[in-house]
Parts: sequence; structure tokens; C-alpha cells
Amino acid sequence: MKLINAKQSQMIAKTIIWITSIIVVSLLFVIIGYILFKGLPTLSWQFLTESPKSMGREGGILPTIISTLMVTAVAILVATPFGVGTAFYLTEFTRETKVTRIIRFSAESLAAIPSIVYGLFGFIFFVIYLKLGWSVLSGGLTMAVMILPTIIRTSEEAILSVPVKYREVSYSLGGTKWQTIVGAVLPSAFPGITTGIILGIGRCVAETAAVILTAGSALRMPDSLFSPARTMAVHFYILAREGISMERAYGTASLLILIILVINVGANMLVNKFVAKSR
Amino acid sequence: MSQQAKIEIKNLNFFYNDHQVIKDVNMEVRANEIYALFGPANSGTTTLFRALNRLSDLDVGARMEGKILIDGKDIRSNDVNVTELRRRVGMIFEEPVTLPMSIFDNIAYGPRLSGIKDKDILAQKVENALRLSVLWDEVKDRLHSPALRLSGGQQQRLCIARILALEPEVILMDRPCAALDPISTYKIEESLVQLKERYTILIIPHNVQQAGRIADRVGFMLMGEMVEQGLTKDVFTNPKDQRTNDYITGRFG
Repeated sequence: MKLINAKQSQMIAKTIIWITSIIVVSLLFVIIGYILFKGLPTLSWQFLTESPKSMGREGGILPTIISTLMVTAVAILVATPFGVGTAFYLTEFTRETKVTRIIRFSAESLAAIPSIVYGLFGFIFFVIYLKLGWSVLSGGLTMAVMILPTIIRTSEEAILSVPVKYREVSYSLGGTKWQTIVGAVLPSAFPGITTGIILGIGRCVAETAAVILTAGSALRMPDSLFSPARTMAVHFYILAREGISMERAYGTASLLILIILVINVGANMLVNKFVAKSR
Repeated sequence: MSQQAKIEIKNLNFFYNDHQVIKDVNMEVRANEIYALFGPANSGTTTLFRALNRLSDLDVGARMEGKILIDGKDIRSNDVNVTELRRRVGMIFEEPVTLPMSIFDNIAYGPRLSGIKDKDILAQKVENALRLSVLWDEVKDRLHSPALRLSGGQQQRLCIARILALEPEVILMDRPCAALDPISTYKIEESLVQLKERYTILIIPHNVQQAGRIADRVGFMLMGEMVEQGLTKDVFTNPKDQRTNDYITGRFG
């Protein structure tokens, strides 16, 4: 005896799937909408271009924007070559061995570690041991270590999804391994690798705990890689945590969301433009 | 047809791990002929092709014994440059594999790998190759549009052009028309007959009739063994081995 027939089970499944996705999507819109609703009125030219006054109660947030960009840039510039290089090593230059399994397992484990642990590591290694102090560089390098697993994994997936046929064509046309990677594999893996980098940027921009421990929270304009810095996420955290100004906290958060949005859209356009040329 | 042997295969045994896919095959292909190597699936034909331009080097667990000579030289001797060998022995795959780039870039891919950067030379090579593969008139106005937008038949002719741009000596074609419609197949077969004036062509036909239509000589492989080989008309009209007869007449396969 069946309690429900196939058609009914289909209906029920469809309804459940609909409801879950509607809940998820609306939750997302509510959060973003709420932050933008609270924060957008604070955004002004002055807010974007001036330095904060009295700990952020007044004035703008320009130094935190610059700090965020600098820390993220350091992280991405360091993590991308290492991450993509490792991914290529794992996929193209070795066959599955104990060593590759250990590297892959380590990368996966690293991805699951809470960011505060990276912060502690960065504090001990970059800030104290390498004597870089609380600085953009320490923060950026710590972020680089933190996003490395993400970039390795996504790049690896992207490289593995390039059809073997492309490699065979390249080899059969007299390509060396390196020519094949650059000419046939990289162009096809590029969109996927970019996705990994965007995820990395997202994590850098949003990180607080690890940044406070390594880049500090000085509310000055960083004038070099060795200056201490306060990123937007940290600024937001301190404004809200210490009750300095919720209004400005929301303003900062809105800007953070907008920046991430711009980066995502920009990177997508870049990838699409690239893909359009080849398909 | 010249009588000189372009390719000689001597006592070739080929293994994937412990599984033997080619059993003691001897074979000779002369310059400027079309040699069709036919047989049902899993006969070892594709493996033999992959061994010929050492694409099988890339396969995990592949191991071969015996000798393959091209122009009398062992392709596995230490002083043979593999990439150079692959340039001389071009391979066309069953499914047309166009790289996700423009028509022009697809064909210029090989010449560029060999270090040619001059735009005029590349353009000339691309045009020549496309004319030889009878694709030029169809694509000359859209050389810079993506190759993946071409039809299946056009893509396969593009792949042929891509090989021709390297000016190889031998062209290996692994069921080049299996995924194509009859008209595209006809066009490709037509160009092959022209191409053999310049190149030595080995083809694994996707059916027996194709071998009969275009090949000068044929070899019939079954389960990794070379059952019979000889002039097409001899093998097709008067097969010596019962298995060849059964396969050609469609009793199995």
C-alpha cells in the first residue's frame, strides 16, 4: 500500500524545494536590504573622502577604505601565484601519490580552520618573529595564508574540468607541457580560477579577527606597507562593538557590501568578455 | 605510389598495466598512401595510433615492446624529440576537438608552438591549411569568430587544417567521420584523396565501406592482433582469413 502516488510526491517535493529557496533568497534580501536601508543615508561624498574624526563619530572613512584595498591587494598578489601554482602542480605535474594526497589534505584542513587561528599565527610569525609589526604587510600576508586553500581548491577544480582532449590536441600539435598549460589549459580554466580569487577577495574584505591581530586597528591613513591599518570590516566592528556610532557602522557596512558587489560584477564581466571571445 | 616504407612497425606489443591490447603486430605503411586500419571496437587500433605519435606516453600504465620506425628511425630512441615527432605525425581525433578560441587561433596554434610569430607568415599558413582542407570558402570571412560555432563537419575539417598547418609527414585519423553527417564525410574523404599526394595517411575508418572507398591498403585488426593486411581490393574481394571475410560481409562487428 502506497500512501501517496507519484504525482503527489512530485508536488510535495516541488513545494518543499520552492519554500526552502524562497526562504533563503528572501533572507538574503532582507539582510542586504536592511543594511543598505540603514546605511545608505550615511553615505556621502564627505563620508567617502574624509578621514574620521573623534574615533569615527564624525568625518569619513577614507583611511579604512584604502587600508582594506591595500591589505586585500597584498593578500591576492601573494596568494594567487602560490595558489594557482600549487593547483597546477597538483593537477598537471604529478600523478596521484602520497605527497599530493598530503598536500591536498593539508589544504582542505587549512580551509576549515577558524580565521582567528590564522590571526594568531600571523601575529606570532609575521608581526613578532619577522618583526613586521602591526602593518598592512602582516595583515595582507596573513590573509594570503588564509585564502590560499580556497584558491588552491577552486583552481584545482577549474583545471581538472578542462577536457583532457584539449591537452591531447595541444600535445599532438607538438606542444610541450608548459605550452600546453599556457595555451590550452589556462584559458579554459581562467573563469574558474577567477571565481576562486573573487572568493578570496570576499574573505579578505570581510575578515576582522585575523586583521585586528596582524594589521592592528590604527585609524590613520596607511602611508606604506609597514603602516598599521584599520580595514573597513574592523572599523565597522569597532564602531558597533564600542557603541561609537551605529549610524556610521551601517554606513561602513553598506559601502562594504557595495564594494563586494562591484568586485563580483566586475570580475564576472571580465570573465564573460573573455569567454565570449572563445565561444 | 612509392614503394618506400614510411612507417614500419615491428613486433609491437602494447600493454595497459597487465592488460595486453596489441599482440605482436607487424605492419608497414608506404609513403603517400592511404592505409586504413579497421576492426571492431577494442581491437587496439586507437592504441596503435597513439603509440605512433607517442601520445601514449601520457597514458598511465602504458608500456610497449617492439619497434616503430618512421623513415627507418626508431621513434623511441633517445635522440628523438617527442614534440618534434608529434609535429611530423599529426593526429585527428574521433570527435572534432576545437580549442575554445577563434578559427584563426586554432589553426595558428601549432605553428605558434613551434615559435612562428610573424603575422603574415601565420596568416599565409592558416589560409593554405584551410584551402587544403576545403574549408577556406566557408570561413574566410569569419576567421576571428569562435571555432566552436562551426558545425561538426566544419570543426573536423578545421582539425584537419590545424594538422596541415604544421606541414606534417604523416596524418593519423582516428574515425574522423564517426560523428559526422554523410555530406561532411564525403567532403573529408574527397580532400583525403587529394592530400595523399603530399602526406602519408593512416585512417581508422568508422565502417568497412569507408575503408573500401578511400584506402590503398588496409589492415584488419581483431582483439589486438593483425589478422590480415594487403591491397584494399585483394583484402576486400578475396580475404584469406575467415574472420576478415566474416567481418567485411557483416557477419559480426
